[in-house]
Amino acid sequence: MICGLPPGLFLLLGAALVPVAGRFRPLVLLLAPAVALAQVLTLPANASLQISYLGETLELVRVDTLSRLFGIMFALVALLGGLFALKQESKLDLSACFLYAGAALGVVFAGDLLTLFLFWEVMAVAAGLIVWAGRMIDSYGAAFRYLLVHLLGGVLLMAGIALRASSGAGLEFGVIGLEGGLASWLILAGFLVNAGAYPISAWVGDAYPESSYSGMLFLASFTTKSAVYVLLRGFPGTELLIPIGVVMALYGIIYALLENDMRRILAYSSVNQVGFMVTGIGIGTHMSLNGAASHAFAHILFKGLLVAAAGSVLLRTGRRKCSELGGLFQSMPVTMFCAVVGAFAISAFPLTSGFVSKSMINDAAAHEGMRLVWFLLTAASAGVFLHAGIKFPWFVFFQKDSGLRPKDPPWNMQAVMIVMAALCIGIGVWPGPFYALLPFEVSFEPYTSEHVIKMLQLLLFSGLSFFVLLPLMKRTDTLSLDADWLWRVLGPMVGRGLARALAAVSSALGRAVAAAGSSGRRALAGLAGQGGMSATVETGVAILVLTAALTVALALSLDVRELLAS
Amino acid sequence: MISTHLPILQVLVPLLAAPVLALLRGRTLSYLVATGFVVVAFLIAIGLTIQVVHTGAVSYAIGNWAPPLGIEYRIDELTVIMLLMVTGIASAVLIGGGQSIAVEIPERRAPLFFALFCLNVAGLIGMTVTGDVFNLFVFLEISSLSTYALVAMGRDRRALTAAYQYLVIGTVGATFYVIGVGLLYMMTGTLNMADLTARVSGVESTLTIKTALAFLFIGLGVKLGMMPVHFWLPNAYAQAPSTVSAFLAGTATKVAVYVMLRIVFGIFGIGIFTSSYLADVVIALGIFAMVAASVSAIFQSDAKRLLAYSSLAQIGYILFALGLATEAGLTAAILHLFNHGLMKATLFLALTAVALRLGRTRLEDFDGLAQAMPATMLAFAVAALSLVGVPLTIGFVSKWYLLAAAFDRDGVLVAAVILGSSLLALLYLWPLVERAYFRKRPAGAPEIEEAPLALILAMWALVAVNVFLGVNSQFTVNLAANAARHLIGAVP
Repeated sequence: MICGLPPGLFLLLGAALVPVAGRFRPLVLLLAPAVALAQVLTLPANASLQISYLGETLELVRVDTLSRLFGIMFALVALLGGLFALKQESKLDLSACFLYAGAALGVVFAGDLLTLFLFWEVMAVAAGLIVWAGRMIDSYGAAFRYLLVHLLGGVLLMAGIALRASSGAGLEFGVIGLEGGLASWLILAGFLVNAGAYPISAWVGDAYPESSYSGMLFLASFTTKSAVYVLLRGFPGTELLIPIGVVMALYGIIYALLENDMRRILAYSSVNQVGFMVTGIGIGTHMSLNGAASHAFAHILFKGLLVAAAGSVLLRTGRRKCSELGGLFQSMPVTMFCAVVGAFAISAFPLTSGFVSKSMINDAAAHEGMRLVWFLLTAASAGVFLHAGIKFPWFVFFQKDSGLRPKDPPWNMQAVMIVMAALCIGIGVWPGPFYALLPFEVSFEPYTSEHVIKMLQLLLFSGLSFFVLLPLMKRTDTLSLDADWLWRVLGPMVGRGLARALAAVSSALGRAVAAAGSSGRRALAGLAGQGGMSATVETGVAILVLTAALTVALALSLDVRELLAS
Repeated sequence: MISTHLPILQVLVPLLAAPVLALLRGRTLSYLVATGFVVVAFLIAIGLTIQVVHTGAVSYAIGNWAPPLGIEYRIDELTVIMLLMVTGIASAVLIGGGQSIAVEIPERRAPLFFALFCLNVAGLIGMTVTGDVFNLFVFLEISSLSTYALVAMGRDRRALTAAYQYLVIGTVGATFYVIGVGLLYMMTGTLNMADLTARVSGVESTLTIKTALAFLFIGLGVKLGMMPVHFWLPNAYAQAPSTVSAFLAGTATKVAVYVMLRIVFGIFGIGIFTSSYLADVVIALGIFAMVAASVSAIFQSDAKRLLAYSSLAQIGYILFALGLATEAGLTAAILHLFNHGLMKATLFLALTAVALRLGRTRLEDFDGLAQAMPATMLAFAVAALSLVGVPLTIGFVSKWYLLAAAFDRDGVLVAAVILGSSLLALLYLWPLVERAYFRKRPAGAPEIEEAPLALILAMWALVAVNVFLGVNSQFTVNLAANAARHLIGAVP
């Protein structure tokens, strides 16, 4: 269809049209992603579009199973996001969202590293704009911090790409691996910044909750998932990714459990889920790669669903904190129902999408005999149920009655949630067509009695522990959770030392950066600010320095020994 | 045919405009005449570019006196890049800056201002096209003297100090240059560049030639704003009339870099450069400027001074690339020369608009400006992104080639410095953008309008070039690569 045009182009076009479309804006919001989705679905199997830039041949479109899988899910979520944001009034927000989604599609179909980098940077800027357009109290600051982190990541990535290109490895974006020396490490670091890898994961929880109710649906879908995509393509089987992923999975849980802001809970939970995917990529067998890809797909849907539900609550109540919400099931039944489906899916309940995707990663770890990895992932799975599966819906929709009686959101937002919920269940019940999209052939049978029983046991026990510990959990109201006590109770699952170490490293890093920043700034201000380098120099002094410079130049150019000899 | 005389017309048109303008009375008339002459010069530059692209380098003997005795004008790829830049930016500044000049320059001085401006343009063009090192000195003095006077016309009494300081330091620099030329002449008996190239190669190890190189290097270093002999630059940029700052920032230092390229690579040849201390010193100075000037820029409280320091840092990039003395390095240096001129001219034009409406350009004056002057601040923001090196702008093209050149020489550390200092650029530009977009106009601030239409058009024309050449970089990259190849190949 429409020759081999890049699918992201239609979203970029939509981003340009949104501010000027006037009353046709809803049409643009739906049509642009719909055309993009159609384009992704109909691109021929080996389509390729090349242009020339900076003396290199860029491949704007390259289609294979992996890029098509991620392309489908990105375009789908853009379509649902467009529908969800139908009544969003901020043009900047909408435009930035489409720019962002279009760039994410650009990343997915990029056949070479330079194209990838171009779209990567556009994504960073657009996501910063989305955060800024959220107009929350701290949106400005969060947007700036987001931009700084991601431009830093972009710098690493660009350095890696340029180094790789100049070392003769070319720009083609295939398997990179860590054998390529410094260039590969730089590229990997650039990718991991976007994936939210520990210890640079704070931006996820910092920036996402500051976006608007509809903006977060986009934010939660693209940055980390496009990072998963590039890792899948560039670094499959890189063992370093296993520990990184496991730490991410645990980190996300700890912070999500400590958090009171409902959207920040979901943001941290994204780090946790991406941790599963990164681990899967690190394991590197066909099954685990399939697992990572399919979990990314499933995660976009159920996380989107949860974020949409949280967005609906935010829109109707204007509140974000769990302690200020509660009892909403009475007046928001549709939202509640969909949120619960999403919560079950993220917890990998049987018959949901999370179950058919995540168990693939766990099983792959078991197959490879990685006992510790398997154990930690299983523990993390239990933790997911605690924070995202129960904590989020419980505190928002049930628990005490906050007295709020908001209505369900407008029809378009309900529709989005219902479609997403249907997809979560549909994929869980009939995984066949979904498996067919995966990059490798699937010989995985999710519904064996062993899988189902194991998962149910895990979920029931962690569910039980939640309600047993409910008084403790509730302390999140006051934001003064007694961390020690919690770790001790959750000991078997989390491990006290690990939690402390993570928190210590993270805060020490933060302190060190802040201290270095402020003392460096003071030193520089003394040197460069008022005095030193930027002072206005007297003309006489200037001439003196000039003469000195000439003397040095002469001394350097005329070899002194030669002078003496002559 | 007139097309064969384009090289001399390129210089004569703005040069002859000056006496004409000095005789005129009234602001409007002199403005129109000056703008007309400068635009014609721009058209001539386009004509020359077409000639060079189609038929290769053009040599023009003044008065039909054959070189090396007569003065030769030589136009090749490198020359036309500079010509396009100088005349293009001059046209944009004059077309857009009419109202700003009307506010900043008193009526009775206006004709003289325009005369000086045209002299300055003529001087810079002359430095670019001439193939004769002494003729180059003459044009250098024409452009310098007119610059001193232009800077002194700034609205503030501090402009006088800035101009005086520039006068003293600039003259010393020019003197160093002419001493260097004299020493060259002692050894070779010629002033023609092509001739010099041939004759220097026999005597390059003599003391005289080495001394000449040192004098030329420092003399030109002063002119191009090389740290640490840059003192005149921040004050001159900050105190000059806004339009003059915009023009100078885009062109003056760039032409000096161009002369350095011509002299060091064209005459002395790459051999002397790499075998002597010079290459390492240039690289070291370049890196020093990248970091030191960027850091200084972070702490400035006036936007014009901030951009002046940023210029010093960008000169650092160019010097560094030049110091690599490889084809890739020279390509990057020439590209950045051109690209940075464009970016800085755009930024300074936006500041011209701010100065026109607010009377000053302190950082706190930018609070909430995006509301009042959306077109101006958007142009500023795009140019700022370009300076930071965001993809699809010319800044990115520059950065890409700079990096490639650094990696070519295994300069991993240097590449880190380049990237780090591009983050510093983000740090010093962000406060301006942040104030303009994220803060409110202070209570009680006077109502202000958007900049005049002509200024916006000029600004956006430059922005369009910024983005167009950023997306479609083939044209400039090819010119720069060819120019670099010729420079390197000048002495096999």
